Parts: sequence; structure tokens; C-alpha cells
Amino acid sequence: MNEPVISVEGLEKTYGEGCGRCGECTGPDYNTNVCRYCGSVIALKDVSFELYQGEILGIVGESGSGKSTIVQCLYFDLEASSGLARLFPYDRGKANILTLPQSRKRYIRNHLMGMVYQNPLLGLKGYFTSGGNIAEKLLTADIYNYHNIRTRSARLLDRTEVDLEYMDRLCRTLSGGMQQRVQISKALANNPPLLLLDEITTGLDVSVQARVLDMIKTIQHELMISMIVVSHDLGVIRLLTNRTMVLKKGRIVEHGLTDQILEDPRDAYTQLLVHSML
Amino acid sequence: MSTHNDYNFAFIDENAKKEIRRSILKAICLPGHQVPFASRELPIARGWGTGGLQVTLAIIGPDDVLKVIDQGCDGSVNAVNLRDLIHRTTGVPTTFETAQASIIQTRHRIPELPLREDQIIVFQVPIPEPLHYVEPSIEKATAMHAEKDYARMWVSLYEDIVNYGSVTIGASYPVMVHENYIMAPSPIPKWDIAKLNMANCLHLFGAGREKRIYAVPPYTRVEPLQFEDKPFKKEDFSGHVCARCGAGDSFLDEIFDEASGGKYWVCSDTAYCDSRIQKEAAV
Ligand SMILES: Nc1ncnc2c1ncn2[C@@H]1O[C@H](COP(=O)(O)OP(=O)(O)O)[C@@H](O)[C@H]1O
Ligand SMILES: [Mg+2]
Ligand SMILES: [Zn+2]
Repeated sequence: MNEPVISVEGLEKTYGEGCGRCGECTGPDYNTNVCRYCGSVIALKDVSFELYQGEILGIVGESGSGKSTIVQCLYFDLEASSGLARLFPYDRGKANILTLPQSRKRYIRNHLMGMVYQNPLLGLKGYFTSGGNIAEKLLTADIYNYHNIRTRSARLLDRTEVDLEYMDRLCRTLSGGMQQRVQISKALANNPPLLLLDEITTGLDVSVQARVLDMIKTIQHELMISMIVVSHDLGVIRLLTNRTMVLKKGRIVEHGLTDQILEDPRDAYTQLLVHSML
Repeated sequence: MSTHNDYNFAFIDENAKKEIRRSILKAICLPGHQVPFASRELPIARGWGTGGLQVTLAIIGPDDVLKVIDQGCDGSVNAVNLRDLIHRTTGVPTTFETAQASIIQTRHRIPELPLREDQIIVFQVPIPEPLHYVEPSIEKATAMHAEKDYARMWVSLYEDIVNYGSVTIGASYPVMVHENYIMAPSPIPKWDIAKLNMANCLHLFGAGREKRIYAVPPYTRVEPLQFEDKPFKKEDFSGHVCARCGAGDSFLDEIFDEASGGKYWVCSDTAYCDSRIQKEAAV
């Protein structure tokens, strides 16, 4: 692979005051993320990784392991407690995006990253139409021509297999699967180099899940967009990702090529995960 | 300072006036930006123009000439009450004639006669926050202004066009001031929006309940929000003229005539209408 798109070093997220000993009593070895001394939740600690252009990185782990926290810190929904994240399309990777002022973070959210949440109504406004939700993204890129906005929205919806008749419907009236497709369209609206996907098929019917996953694969192939895919489902990880990080109690326990991890998990916890799936 | 009826000149005490003037100066420096101010209790109910009234009382001096209008009319109860209050506490002369006034306090209209550099128009504002409809939290709306995060405001226009074919906002049409802040011009009709742009006069806006003051200084660009291919349109009165003065170039009120059961149109700006009738009579 070529250039990195994002590199993350020592990402940490603590809920609570924290104390000097939080690190020594939490993590996979202690099977908890709660500090015994001060009660703080160490949701993430020592999380470091790189993502290369055109690559799909998987993050897998049980519920509560910190998967969503990683992408939410990167998308600035949550404030990281510490860490360095460099986004190479932004200022050639010179800045730590985690500590940028709010206006720059907003710029990055609108232009350089897309986020797709498990719950589509976190990424969409239910009281706007599908087209209106996409328009919101396009408008942040200063497109003030109504006709152009309509044409681009229609094209984006077409790519995620949303029938044109849904373009002018309020999002809250659409089915979950349809909302999810609209959310993906919106995330792609300004051609971001990085897409973050958090359990995007978890709430959907099985038949719809397969279609959406296929669609993500096609989009990735066509646009060569880099993605981070979060899932507790190894099936999703196997289908989509090149490389995978296994997370437990806020720490990375294993990190490597997805095929290798699934064939021959080295970490005992990963072995459990893989076997529970078979 | 001379006092009238035991009040301080212009009712408000001098310290309070200074505070309000400071907010006004700040507002003038940041066209379209809403500046908080400590709204006072006045012998008039909130919602009846206390914001505009405080601005007027803070800037008025003995040499001023005052005009007060409500929906374009000098004679309505609200306008009469406010004019009386200001007159009684200042002794300044009042007028109905736009050209004679140095300060015009208004609710919902801008006079038809273009204002001059030596005139100030003070607007009574019920809802100062233009983002109010897309973001109910004042704190978040303030952050959106600070970051020029206006996409959602634009989407509300987009959705209007999708649903109704055009933007349906009638009064208080949102405007972009100095290519910087989106501002609520107070509930003036779309007809009056163009008057704000590159005007000769100073515009001051006061919202009493929301405790906000903002301004459009003279010669400032003010543009209604519009998509490039969906131009802003003001009210269309083509085919109608004022039934009193015959004007075809003013904002008209539609009147239902109970006697005949029909409708007719008259100038909303009564002073403009009267002046045209007087001129006609003089000829
Ligand atoms: N506001 C909060 N206060 C305390 N702990 C929290 C808070 N939000 C999340 N957590 C904890 O952070 C951990 C990681 O959560 P999350 O990233 O959502 O896990 P995952 O996405 O892997 O299921 C969990 O233990 C969760 O309970
Ligand atoms: Mg999660
Ligand atoms: Zn601790």
C-alpha cells in the first residue's frame, strides 16, 4: 500500500478524573475498563494504527470494548482525552486534528470525513427530506445552485440504490434500510477521502444487510475511498476489510491482515471470538 | 439634563443609557451580529416594542425629531402610545413626515421615502434569531453564527422550494449582512428588504424580550438568502394601485370592504399616502 490517510498514536479516552494507576488495573488482562482506584472508565488506551489510501480497516470486539469510541473521537463527536491523530489530506498531516479549533474540526467533518452511524437518525435529520439532508452537506461546500444540488443529490442517491421517488420524502418516514442508504449518500456527498462506518448493518433485516454490504464494497472499489469499518460481526469484517484490529476493554489485542486473524488468531480472546462465530 | 415629570431625560437613567449605547456601538462595528444588552423594565409591556423603545431612548437627544410607525401607520394605538411616552419623557417634537424625522421607530415596515444619512431607523424586533426555526437552542445558534455554519438555514429554504415551488417566508425574510452574518430583518415585508441594502441611513434593531441589539450601518451590503437559480421575489402588486392616492410603487395593504363585499388596496405607509394626496391637492 501507498500513502497513509490517517495515522493515530496513543489515542486515549477516559470518563472520569483518572488517577495515576488507571492504566495498571484496566484492560484485557484485568477484564475491565473501570479503574479500581478511582472508578474512572478507561474507554480507550494506547490505541495506535495507520490507515492507507484505498484500504478498509476493520475494528472488531465485543460490546463495550471501545469500537465506537474510536470513530467518534476521530469524527470529533467525542473529545479524546489524549493522543495524536494526523489526517494526511488535511494540512499534509502536520496537525494533530484532535486539538484543532472547532471551526477546523467542522471543516474536516464536512469535507474530509464521512460518518455513518448504526442509527441513521444520528446522521440524518428526520424532519428534512432525503434530498435536503444531502443538500445540507453540499451547501457546506458552497454549492448555492438549486438545480445543481438536485442533480448531485439524485446522483448520490442513485449510487446507494435509493429510488428517486424517495428524494423528496421526509427521512423519518423511510424504512431503516432506506434511511441507512440515504445516510451513506450524505456521508459521501463531498467526496471525503475517509469514511467511518459504525455497525451500519446491525439494525437491518438480513436480506437488506447483504445488499448494503455489497454496495459498500462497490463504492469502495469505484471511489477508492479509505474506510474504517466497526462491527461486532466477524462476517461483516471478513466481507469488507483488508486489515483488522481486535479490541478488548479499550485496548488493541491483535492487529493484522483480516484473513490471517480469522484463519489463525493468535490472541486467546480473538480465538474465542472466531470460534464463537463458527 | 432637564427632567420632565420627575423622570430623567428619556426616562432611562444615564448609566443604563451608556450601557445600551455601548451595545449599539458594538452592534454597528459587527453588522448583523446580535449583541446582548441588559434589557430594562419600562412602563410598557414586553412584546410592545420595549427593545426598540430602549434603543430610541438611549440615542435620542433634545434636538431630535421623532416619528413612530406601526405597520407603516403613525396613527395606530401602539405607535401613538410609544410616541407619547417618548415625547413626554424627552419633550422632543414629533412628526408624521418621514423627511422631517431624525429618528424613526418602527414596527414591521420601512418608510417608502428613501432615508438619508442624517436619519436613524429603529426597529422593534420580536424574534432576533434568524436561526430560531432551524436551531431552537440559543447557545447552539450563537455557535453557528460564530462558525458561519449556515447550511441548515439554507436547507430550510431548499425544503421550501421542494415542497411549495418557492420560498414561503413572508415577513422577516433572512438576509446576509456584509457577506458575514445571517440576520432577521424583523417582520418587515419582503418589499422592504431591498431598502436595507447600501442604504444611506443607520438601522438599529432592538429585541426587548430576547435582550439583543443589532445593526446595519449605512452603505452595508444586505442580501436576501437565495439560490443562484431561484431568485428572491418581493410581493407582487402589479395590477393594483392605492385606492386613496393612486400610488403604484408602494407596499399595499389589501382591505376588505364590508359595504360592497369587495376588496381594495391602499398604501401601508400612511404618511407617504397622505403626502401624495396633499401634493395632488396643492396642484
Ligand atoms: N458517558 C460515559 N461515561 C462512562 N462510560 C462510558 C460513557 N460512554 C461510554 N462509556 C463506556 O465506554 C466503553 C466503550 O464504549 P463503546 O465505544 O460504545 O463500545 P463499543 O462500541 O465497542 O460497544 C464502554 O465500557 C462504555 O460503557
Ligand atoms: Mg458501538
Ligand atoms: Zn484511576
